[in-house]
Formats: sequence, structure tokens, C-alpha cells
Amino acid sequence: MDDIAPEYDVIVLGTGLTECVLSGVLSVKGKKVLHIDRNDHYGGEAASVNIETLFKKYGNYTKGEEPWKKYGRVNDWNIDLVPKLLMSCGELTNILVSTDVTRYLEFKQVAGSYVQQGSGAKATVAKVPSDAGEALRSSLMGIFEKRRMKSFIEWVGTFDATDAASHKGLNINTCTMKDVYDKFGLEAGTRDFIGHAMALYQTDSYINEKGTGPETIERIRLYGNSVSRYGKSPYIYPLYGLGELPQGFARLSAIYGGTYMLNTNIDEVLYEGDKAVGIKATMQDRGGEEPMKFTTKCKKILADPSYFPSKAQVTGQLLKAICILNHPLAGTDNSDSCQLIIPQSQVGRKNDIYIAVVSSAHNVCPKGYYIAIVSTIAETSANHHLELAPGFERLGRIEEKFMGPSIPLYEPLESGVNDNIFISKSYDATSHFETTTDDVKDIYRRAEGHDLVVEGLREGTNLVGEE
Amino acid sequence: MAARGPAGSRVGNSRFAQFKLVLLGESAVGKSSIVLRFVKDQFDSYRESTIGAAFLTQTISLDENTTVKFEIWDTAGQERYKSLAPMYYRNANCAVVVYDITQASSLDKAKQWVKELQRQANENIIIALAGNKLDLVTEQPDKRAIQTADAEAYAREAGLLFFETSAKTAENVRELFTSIAKKLPLDQAGPRNPRSGGRGGVELRPDTQGTQAGGPCSC
Repeated sequence: MDDIAPEYDVIVLGTGLTECVLSGVLSVKGKKVLHIDRNDHYGGEAASVNIETLFKKYGNYTKGEEPWKKYGRVNDWNIDLVPKLLMSCGELTNILVSTDVTRYLEFKQVAGSYVQQGSGAKATVAKVPSDAGEALRSSLMGIFEKRRMKSFIEWVGTFDATDAASHKGLNINTCTMKDVYDKFGLEAGTRDFIGHAMALYQTDSYINEKGTGPETIERIRLYGNSVSRYGKSPYIYPLYGLGELPQGFARLSAIYGGTYMLNTNIDEVLYEGDKAVGIKATMQDRGGEEPMKFTTKCKKILADPSYFPSKAQVTGQLLKAICILNHPLAGTDNSDSCQLIIPQSQVGRKNDIYIAVVSSAHNVCPKGYYIAIVSTIAETSANHHLELAPGFERLGRIEEKFMGPSIPLYEPLESGVNDNIFISKSYDATSHFETTTDDVKDIYRRAEGHDLVVEGLREGTNLVGEE
Repeated sequence: MAARGPAGSRVGNSRFAQFKLVLLGESAVGKSSIVLRFVKDQFDSYRESTIGAAFLTQTISLDENTTVKFEIWDTAGQERYKSLAPMYYRNANCAVVVYDITQASSLDKAKQWVKELQRQANENIIIALAGNKLDLVTEQPDKRAIQTADAEAYAREAGLLFFETSAKTAENVRELFTSIAKKLPLDQAGPRNPRSGGRGGVELRPDTQGTQAGGPCSC
């Protein structure tokens, strides 16, 4: 076995998407990277697992039984642990394209984006319009409201933050979104729909907060641009599951010289004064050889919060249930995939409930099956099943339900400048990866002292045999 | 695994098919060198471990009507600590497992990689076993650590194609890839390109429809 180098520029701990993007980017920029995971697989919390692994992870079966056997070949299943989709005009898409990681992946559209109106027996599901034609046919608004909505959307399109003439007489940097909605005379239901199904806010706190106008407009534009890129919905999804994303960026890092070690425990972080300067670690061998112990130095450490629990704090609790279905969701035109948003106002909550559905069309399960993940932010410390109940109502018959305790969401206590340890945030409750790429850029800035520019990242790098 | 078949097309009498080929084998047996010889007809004795052999392609003509394109995936060094991702094996149509005929242990490692392929890759994957560094034993026969007959017997038993190669002198390198190409199921190649949105996929490109952020919202 080759020797580990005595020193690396960066040691990255955890192979979640955030860590793999950073590892890839840093390797492309010429840094010497050692990338370690304690697990024997890539992806950490952002992995996709097969159905046997999922049963074993949740332990919801009688010992001695093998319930996964009735679901076909276990490796035909790639079940995401994180319920997210990619915005087709989002930053992760930009990074995938700029780094050419798209070469290793295939993407498919998510067939539709839906929103629930009403609750209980009176609940209906409507498609979030993807173009003007759908907007005019939509059951979401009456005829006059459609006109007001149209003029609002047109204004969003022409809005220019630097041109006060495009601000409709509002002081956009100090007014609230309530002021903006009032200006256009939009009804409560429409506000709900714009804020939650298009701007993808999960609570209503943005409405009365001053100065959220420009951000809300950016969010609506991202949604609109993403929908218009491929039509149908703003989302795309990688074949074989989200777990392909970290693998793709890990390959990028390896191609540019990054060293990968799975199945490796960190025994100790070495410090000089307050600053981390190296690690002691042990790689377990799956082939039955002796474990390999090694010590190496580094200039800095990037890690997911699970490697430094004492340097992170819990900011919320995510509730999540992974459900296996053998039918599409009612009211979604038999879509092979969709996002369904249940706005908090419709079901008496503070946080929206999200449902993300993918299926055999994305090579994540055998034909005839659908994987639906219901998620929200916990508002109670018990009764988590009850909190997700409005989501379960939308699913109809459920073959299997995997729901563990609530999942703590971590963020770092410090920036990392003092101890050279730069910690990422947990994957949050949003439906997409925009906050993940924000975190990538934030960590990069903290660790490297300048902004990450992904455009043209690989230009000028000299690769052997590149076409 | 829901396999993606080879991509290809048929125009008149001519056939074109594209296949994913993965390389496996212990570090420093010459995996990248074999590919570099095949793709660029180059050899570099002092090449360091794989850096940047990202994604190579090479086309060979089997006859005047049949063209096979290999999309070649190098391990990028991720085999070193057994950290190859499932993505590497996914939809591989063929594999070259390399050992070094001057290193006795490297054939055992190759056998482990064959097992790993049988576990992780498509059932009908075509595997070739390549005993590399033939040039070293041509110069100094006593350097040979693995007898041709032994490796050949194993290959026959395991159903593998078998060649002894030299990336340095190019001996048998082209023959290796040609024999793989001949064994691939060309007739299954359908008229689609895996990267241009077959099966309802989308192709991510920088300037698709000019919908970059900041443009007018078109909903």
C-alpha cells in the first residue's frame, strides 16, 4: 500500500455533497487534498442507499426476516436520504456545468410541481403553472386575480434593483413583501402561492420583514428561469439518485490529484496552539488486511459537522419519512416525479410540508414503484408522525414507511479562522440545493480568503489526454 | 441494475456503437499507460500516479462498415485505497483488468477486481485480463513472475479475454481493445446518444436557451 503524503494543503472529512464540491474545486485549483470518510461509501448524509440498507438503517422489521426481498433486486434501489431536487437554473447546475462533472451524470426533468389548497377532505392539488397558458387555465386563481398576478409577474421580470424607476414607487430596500403584494392587490391565496410555491419560502416570516423584496424577486426569477429552461417543472434530478452528485465531484477531485480514503476513522486531530495542523487516522481494510494507521499534517481541515460535534450547534429539527409507493400521487396527472408543497397556512402549521416523488423513470427503483419523501421542520418535540400526517394523506396507500427520530440540523459555532477547521452546515429543509451551494461558497471564502468563482474553473488546467 | 445499453446508430450499411470501458488493477501496473498507448500512441516511463487522465475516447474500425467508440474511464487513483465509487462501475459495458507480469501479487489483486466487477457491474460485462510490462521480460526473462499459461488458464476458467501487453512497445495493446470490440453486442446498439437526452433526459449546457440568472422571468 502506498504511503500517505506527510502533508496536505487540505484534509476534507466527510463525503457529503458540500465536502465533495469543495474537494473537487480545491483540487482543480491545485491544492493537495486528502479526502476521508468514516463510512465505507460516498455521500454521508447525502448518500442514496439500496432498500436493504434502508431497512437496516431504520431497523423497522422483525429480526430474522428479510422484508427487502419482496422488492426485487436490492441494487435496483437508490433511495435518497436527503429530500432535495436541483433547480435547473440553480447554482449547483452552474457548478456541475463549469466543472464538467456533467460528464459522469445524466439528468432528467422532474415532471411537475404541485401545491395543495385547503386541508382534510376538502384538500385539492393544483399544478403550479409553468407558463402563461397554464397560468390562465389554472384553478388556483379567479379571472381578475389572474390579471393581477400577470402584472405582478411582469413586474418581477422587469425589476432592476439599481433602477428606482422600476420599483413601482416602493422603497424596495425598506418596505415589506406585504407592501409589495398590497401594491398589486393580490389575494391571500395568491400570496401564499407566490411565497411558498414559487419563492419557496417555508414560513411566512418573509412577509412582514423589511427589505426582503429584492431577495423574494430573485427567488421568483430563479423559479421562473428554471421552469422555462426545460419546461414542466423547475427541477431536474440525476439518474440513479442524488448520491451520484458527491461521487461525481469526488471523481473530479481525484482526477486532479485528490486522494480518497473511505472506511477511515479519525483517531485524533493534532493542534499547535489553537490551530489544527494534522490528523491521526486508521483505515479499516474490508479485505481482511490489517488496519492502516497513519499521521499526516495539513494546513486546514474542512469537515461536515458530524466530525466536530462540539464545534457545531443545533438550529432546528427536520422531520422526514421515506415512503415506498406502488402508484403515483393522486392529482398529479400520473407524473413519474413531482414536488408537492403543502403551505403551512393550509394545514395550520408554521412550516410547509414538502413531498418529493421520484420513480423508476429515474432509475432509483424497479418499475412500478415510487419513492416519496415527506418532510418538514419539527414544531413539536413529540407527535412527529402527526406533524407529517397532512403529507401522508396525499400519498394514498403506502407500502413501506421509514421514519426515524427527528434529524438535528447543525451549523458551525465559529468561522474556522481561529482553529483552521471549517465546518459545513447540515442539509436543510429546503427543496433544492441553493443553500448547499451558498454554504460551499461561504466555506470557500472562510477557508481561502477570497470568493469562489466557478465560471471557467477548469480553463487553463492541463490534463493528460483531455479531449 | 437497470442497465443503460450501448449507444449507437446505423446509417445504411454502416454501424456505429459507443461503449463505456473501465480500467481496473493494482496501482502502478500500467493501467493509464495502456490507455495512453491506445488513445495517443504515447508512452512515458516516468509517469507519476494517475493525475488527470479524465475521460478518454478512442474509436476503432472493425471493418469498413463498423465503428466502435470506447469511452474510457480511468480510476483516477481511487482504487489505491479501495475508494472507487459505484458510479465508476455503473453501465460499464467492458473492462480491462490489468496486472504486472513481473509482480506475483498483482494477479491475485486482478482476480479480486474481477470479483468486484462481477459483484458491482452489469451481468453481461465483457472483461479482458491484461498482463502488462511484457517488454521487461523480453529484455530479462528471469524478471517474469507470472507464467503466461497460469494466467491464461485462470482467464479461460473465468471467461475473460486474455493478452500479455506492453504499453511501452505497444505490443498487443491494439489487439486487446480490438478483441473486446469484436465481442461487444454491436447489434444491441440503438439509435441514441446517452448524453443528448435520450429517454427524456436533459442535457446540461452553459447556454441552453439563454436563460441565465437575472434575465426576465418568463412564467
